[in-house]
Amino acid sequence: MIARCLILVLSWIMAQGAAAQGFGGLGSAADGFAIPDPSYEMVFPKDHGPHPDFRIEWWYLTANLTGQDGASYGVQWTLFRSAFAPGSQRGWTSPQIWFSHAAATSANAHYVAERVARGGIGQAGVRAQPFEAWIDDWHLYGADFDTLKVTAQGDDFSYDLDLKTNSPLVLHGKNGYSVKSGQGQASHYYSQPAYDVSGQLELPSGTIKVTGHAWLDREWSSQPLASDQEGWDWFSITLDDGQRLMAFQLRSDGREPYTSATWIAADGAIRTYGDGQAAMVPIALSDVAGKTIPTGWHLILPDQGLDLNIKALNPYAWMEVSLPYWEGPVLVEGSHTGVGYLEMTGYQ
Amino acid sequence: MHAEALSLAVRGVDVTGALAGALWSYWRRAPLQLVSVLVGLALATALWSGVQAINAEARASYDAAARTLGESQFDQLVPRVGKDLDQQVYLRLRRAGWQVSPVIEGRLPQGGPRVIGLEPLTAPGSLVPVTASDGTSTIDLASFLQGTLALAAPNEVRRMADATGLDVVAMPGVAAGIVVMDIGTAQKLLDRSARISRMVVSPNQPTKVLPLATIAPEVLVRAASDGSDVGQLTGSFHLNLTAFGLLSFIVGLFIVHGAVRLSFEQRRSLVRSLRAMGTPMRAVVVGMALEIVLLALIGGTSGIVLGYVLAGLLLPDVAATLDGLYGASVADQVQLRASWIVAGLGMALAGALAAAASGLWRIAHIPLLASARPQAWVGYGSRQMRGLAWISFVLLSASGLGLGFGSGLLMGFVGLACLLIGAALALPPLLQAGVGWFGRRSRSVLGQWFWADTAQQVPGLGLALMALMLATATNIGVSTMVSSFRLTFEAFLDQRLAPELFVQVETEAQSLAIEGLPVALVSEVLPLRSVEAHVMGEDATVFGVRVGKTYQQDWQLLSHVPDPWQAVQTGKGAVINEQLSYRLEIGAGDLLELMPGHSVSVAGIVADYGNPVGQVILEEDAFTALYSAPSPRRFGLRSHDPDALRRVLLSDIGLPAGAVTDQRQIKSFSLEVFDRTFSVTAALNVLTLGVAGFAMLMSLLTLGAQRLPQVAPVWAMGVTRRSLGWLELVRALALAGLTVVLALPLGLALAWVLLAVVNVEAFGWRLPFFLFPGAYLGLALAACLAAICAAAWPAWRMSHVPPAQLLKVFANDR
Repeated sequence: MIARCLILVLSWIMAQGAAAQGFGGLGSAADGFAIPDPSYEMVFPKDHGPHPDFRIEWWYLTANLTGQDGASYGVQWTLFRSAFAPGSQRGWTSPQIWFSHAAATSANAHYVAERVARGGIGQAGVRAQPFEAWIDDWHLYGADFDTLKVTAQGDDFSYDLDLKTNSPLVLHGKNGYSVKSGQGQASHYYSQPAYDVSGQLELPSGTIKVTGHAWLDREWSSQPLASDQEGWDWFSITLDDGQRLMAFQLRSDGREPYTSATWIAADGAIRTYGDGQAAMVPIALSDVAGKTIPTGWHLILPDQGLDLNIKALNPYAWMEVSLPYWEGPVLVEGSHTGVGYLEMTGYQ
Repeated sequence: MHAEALSLAVRGVDVTGALAGALWSYWRRAPLQLVSVLVGLALATALWSGVQAINAEARASYDAAARTLGESQFDQLVPRVGKDLDQQVYLRLRRAGWQVSPVIEGRLPQGGPRVIGLEPLTAPGSLVPVTASDGTSTIDLASFLQGTLALAAPNEVRRMADATGLDVVAMPGVAAGIVVMDIGTAQKLLDRSARISRMVVSPNQPTKVLPLATIAPEVLVRAASDGSDVGQLTGSFHLNLTAFGLLSFIVGLFIVHGAVRLSFEQRRSLVRSLRAMGTPMRAVVVGMALEIVLLALIGGTSGIVLGYVLAGLLLPDVAATLDGLYGASVADQVQLRASWIVAGLGMALAGALAAAASGLWRIAHIPLLASARPQAWVGYGSRQMRGLAWISFVLLSASGLGLGFGSGLLMGFVGLACLLIGAALALPPLLQAGVGWFGRRSRSVLGQWFWADTAQQVPGLGLALMALMLATATNIGVSTMVSSFRLTFEAFLDQRLAPELFVQVETEAQSLAIEGLPVALVSEVLPLRSVEAHVMGEDATVFGVRVGKTYQQDWQLLSHVPDPWQAVQTGKGAVINEQLSYRLEIGAGDLLELMPGHSVSVAGIVADYGNPVGQVILEEDAFTALYSAPSPRRFGLRSHDPDALRRVLLSDIGLPAGAVTDQRQIKSFSLEVFDRTFSVTAALNVLTLGVAGFAMLMSLLTLGAQRLPQVAPVWAMGVTRRSLGWLELVRALALAGLTVVLALPLGLALAWVLLAVVNVEAFGWRLPFFLFPGAYLGLALAACLAAICAAAWPAWRMSHVPPAQLLKVFANDR
């Protein structure tokens, strides 16, 4: 039922743009909203908080975990902000709408929940310092961005995790200005890819103590996709040797996908790669929710000697929310080994 | 009179034109009959389509109301005290994980519409009418959330826009009299910033949430009702209206039949002339059939317009009735609906063609050289009378068989139709017999002539009298049903709402405090405990009650063993509701197996209107011995001073105001609004009688002109015109009186079928049958009055017929 309302919100957002295209309307024009600025210098902790003049924004946490039973698990906690007009105000007339997805995934089960809230009344929001992001009782908070707690629960699952890091933030693209198409669509994008995680997961099968690591993405924009881009495949990979990779491709109809990647060395040094330098090719397909979804990938980044075979821990990690997509933990083999998260949108 | 047609034919004008001209020339010469056919068709259609309109409108409206309010579907959180809550309570619950959605309700000042403010993002989907069935948005959600857009029923868009100053968009799902908007907008309009009236609880809640009492002690849970009680009661009311619609349809058919048949009979000579001049029979029959279709369309269309007006006039009452009775809001404006327009036109066409069929058949078989004399008033000979009696006998038998041995709602209605038509066809033979009986007992010459002349008119007036009988019987039947319904409903309210106060407690301590209230204040404490159980394979609610004066005095049982409550008190007996008794096919005295190896005897059957679920009522100790139920949390309290008791409950025991319900108000309100049902019934009664009266008037007028040959000799023998006029009136009264006497048993049979057959088939419970002799007398007088009114003008015409015209009768060859 909430799903239906959210479809409304999203389809409305879609209808706002002159060219209503791309996944979730993210490819539509940005009338009235602020436009990402290549010269923008991110300031922290301020930029951990919301940017209400931009149309969309997210706080996107994914975690690859191992249970006390030795099994692999994945956890997702995402808060989206979506505005139908720029600016914030108190009360019901605020143009800000918040929605959130939580998921817990094992090799053979996938649990999903969703929340939606109006801005302006305190039901959902984000505060930069001390950091707090919340919607209803779902919570991501801490004294600062390096020490966080995350909780969420649905009808049939819940989790409660502690996150700690002393690694620096990673600014993608050019100083956090991440280009998304040849036409110059872009977003502001940074990550904290190196949280150590401990906590517990409650699934219908019981309570499981888990440890592992988590990756938090922050991104805001007003029009991150070009009008002809249909969706994306996004990877966040943590290799066993401590190196990390963020890579994505934006797919267009009849054209080569637009690719981008960020290589994070074990010491935190960053190397960014523009369009065409990384390649992502599907190697295994699964029938998921009536759609054909690539749940096995070949990812290469020749400059780093990277040649990875990536496969989903659970091919059926379908996010059955208002605007459905695939998101789940992956296992990495090939030139390197490791784990990661894969998000795929826009598959029909 | 056929000169026109003849000359046209002679001049070689084509057959079609001549035929049309000839047929039209008849109506031009008999405008009264044209009016009679058209008005008859129009009135019959109007009555039918009017009732359908009211029914369709009311049904659509309360469906929408139920949807908009969603009362029945979801649990609600309501304020413990006062009429609204701080919005912070909503936030507190959401932040604790509770999936609730806020609602604010209120009425705009100065009799403005009711405003419902919803939060569309958190409201359970079916509550918010903002999505089309394909999931796409049908409104501009941003405008809705930003507070410039509201939703209302399609016919109320302008009114709501004026009342709220917002852009109002038509949304068929929204109930009448309600404007739906975003909660923020509603708070502003109602000037209740940051307040909410209640919260809707989503059926899916997270795994771990703190109890409500911890997070929001200021709210009470109002459990979702299954909604069936409202649905069933309103359904029953609508079935009554549907039955009335069916009856008016049959009355209408008779009127149409009468009018159309007359026009065929009177044109026998015209047809003969046309045939003699070489017009093909096929052309005549097709021409007349087309003519009937045209008349039916004109009459039917005017009838629909009339029905629309009629429904518009009656609807405020129906709306008030349903609104008050069941809390269902009904649009007080009728919308033209394709369904009832089609049904109305279909009825007019079917009725007219059915009536014309026999006429056309006779025309088609008219011997070319047969007498062309109109035979309308000769009507049925003794052979036809016997035929009618036979058909009637067959129909009545079929009805008896169908109602006695058949099952299903359709069978009930078919049986009803057979009963009505069978009875109507039996009327002419019965009247003939009745009039004959009077004639044989009449000593005076004039008297004997009067009865003989009356007998001769029975066939001519037959159809009009049938209509009068059906109308009267219908009115008797429907009045009986509605009045029985009211009495039953009243008794039901008395029984179920007997305790003056209903109290909901939350703790054991409060429960004990209630039990310990002084007898001076509370004459009876009635703990209410129940469990859902399976009883002999049927779902049922089992109640544990404290048998006392209330049950013994206020509960009327449909059937019972001697000392039923005594049997319940000892734990050996149980009272069950009627639904369960029908379903398990058990009655008073039979055994009811509550659990394997544990049976009680059925001490009595109680009526339980509008409840789809079976009920078993046990004494409280017997109940606790069988079922593990927590100590009672709900009580009915009997008191001579409910106000004082209420004060004690609030101040001494510390119950929140929302936990104490005063039943007296509910009861008096329910009864008051029920009385409005009568105004609708009364209005429909007047209308049916009016329609039947009109049919009679038309028949009498037609007959009046043709009867001069019979009347002239009587006048010539010295009976004054004035006396003849009076005799006309007396005759109408006599025939109407006899008809009404015959209508009474028919009406009662009709009511019995509706209450004891149709209602049981439709709802699983039987409405008790009560007799209302006063009302029947009133209706009989009204029917006679309608007949006198109908006869007044023909009688006046008779008393003023110029002597020259009477003399002419003798000048002619007869």
